[in-house]
Amino acid sequence: MSDKQKITIDEVRHLALLTRINMTEDEIEVMRGQMSDILDSIEVLNQVDTEGVEPTAHSTGVDSVLRDDESLPSIPIEDALLNAPNVQDDFIRVRAVFE
Amino acid sequence: MTTSIDLKGLNLSTVRKLLDDRDISSVELTKSYLDRIANVDSSVSSFVTVTEETALIQAARADDRIASGDSGILTGIPMQLKDNLCTKNIPTTCSSKMLENFIPPYDSHVTERLIESGSVLLGKGNLDEFAMGSSTENSAVKVTRNPWDLKRVPGGSSGGPAASVAASECLFSIGSDTGGSIRQPASFCGVVGMKPTYGLVSRYGLVAFASSLDQIGPLTTNVFDNATVLSHIAGYDRRDSTSLNVSIPKYTDFLDGDIKGLRIGVPKEYFAKGIQPDVEESVRRAIAVLESLGAIVVETSLPHSAYALAVYYIIAPSEASANLSRYDGVKYGHSDKDSETMWEGLEKTRQDGFGPEVKRRIMLGTYALSSGYYDAFYLKAQKVRTLIRQEFNTAFENFDVLAMPTSPSTAFEVGDKIDDPLQMYLNDIFTIPANIAGIPAISVPGGFVNGLPVGLQFMAGALKEKNLFRVAYAYEQATDWHTRTPSL
Repeated sequence: MSDKQKITIDEVRHLALLTRINMTEDEIEVMRGQMSDILDSIEVLNQVDTEGVEPTAHSTGVDSVLRDDESLPSIPIEDALLNAPNVQDDFIRVRAVFE
Repeated sequence: MTTSIDLKGLNLSTVRKLLDDRDISSVELTKSYLDRIANVDSSVSSFVTVTEETALIQAARADDRIASGDSGILTGIPMQLKDNLCTKNIPTTCSSKMLENFIPPYDSHVTERLIESGSVLLGKGNLDEFAMGSSTENSAVKVTRNPWDLKRVPGGSSGGPAASVAASECLFSIGSDTGGSIRQPASFCGVVGMKPTYGLVSRYGLVAFASSLDQIGPLTTNVFDNATVLSHIAGYDRRDSTSLNVSIPKYTDFLDGDIKGLRIGVPKEYFAKGIQPDVEESVRRAIAVLESLGAIVVETSLPHSAYALAVYYIIAPSEASANLSRYDGVKYGHSDKDSETMWEGLEKTRQDGFGPEVKRRIMLGTYALSSGYYDAFYLKAQKVRTLIRQEFNTAFENFDVLAMPTSPSTAFEVGDKIDDPLQMYLNDIFTIPANIAGIPAISVPGGFVNGLPVGLQFMAGALKEKNLFRVAYAYEQATDWHTRTPSL
């Protein structure tokens, strides 16, 4: 287990909430150690001078691609629902969002 | 029905001739491969799903096409697809519990192209869950073994595809490469693996991991086969907004073996500390072969490549954390049935559906994108990404290709690195820069160390796949590494 403290238990707990991944206290502690190691290794980027450098989001140079506005066949409803865990008529049934 | 054809060491040209001369039918060939899979895959474990019924139907159709003179070079050729490429009505699991029962209602672009070409789908190849890993040990389905030594990993994440080609369980396979996931397993298994220029092959129907880095490419036994398959799957597709609208050359036209005057740069950062000494020796010997063929070899330097790994471990998890937010147990995939509330159901679904590496990357990416850290991590990584790209662009003003090792080591033993994520990440230190820059790269068999294959990697400027195939073919013709097969 890492002794580096790049990230705290509370921060990992908060990330578990943000990512909606339920985690046990043991898993949170293991994650803290591993994330600390990884974040520590990433720090080398601070050695790079990026003053005035533009960020690259992706490498093609292709931007804001729009297709022609024409209607095309799409997946039939029954096919689109094939993998849904809970279907009612032509809809996916979900748990209540508001209590 | 049993057939007597020996599948070991077969390549596309040989099989094409057998099919065209009617020495064997595609159905017979397909049955031979299915027999071979039944015999060796209990030890190699490269297939997640074997699609026997579909394969035999497709093979019969291919035989009809061959009989009627309507066949192309891939008609009737048995192949595999990595299990993160959607196949209509055939499970596509991403080797994750999250998608273990997912049956796509549509084909990926690559699946469509290959089915149209008459290729025969034998099944789906194992991978590290959601393509996150370098050993295929992160698969929630099974651990694939290296055909050269079953104690060892095949590399990853396209470990199933690489191992199945090496073990002669299919004639070619298609993988995906986000940080080396085609090339590193190709290197470990002694096959040819190509990651094309970002945007060359449509990602439509590839389950997304890190969208600005993911690219699809072929794994084959030799360079000719690789060039042939890439010609079939490359090209514009409106359903992928990053698809490049460029004309695709016939890559096999560049396989003339002539590299006189070809300018090859050897970047010293790719021979840095951490490389296994006998791997370095093999690669240097391979580069000497290229020089003896008339190439002009010059040492060069790409100092920013050293930062590519750190850039990757910010950008890839960040994109993954966004892409994998779709797995909520509502529309498809694993879904917790027992929880009372929506939030509880969501959190349980993701807890049970994802494995440890996937969770690690989702959390790391969420951290890097969260307010207060965004500038320090994500934006900083994107800026260094610019510097890495610019450095490659400058290098390719002087060089036609760069040559280096694919991986710092040969295949390691199952269990060796799985508990130390950071050690595992170092496997991809020489492959990641090509994904960061969006440039094409290929790994070809470049020697053996203690009976294990060593990968020789080439990189070229964007859309210069032809340079890679030219140099890789010349090297392959001058050596016989690619003719060796494991004893399985």
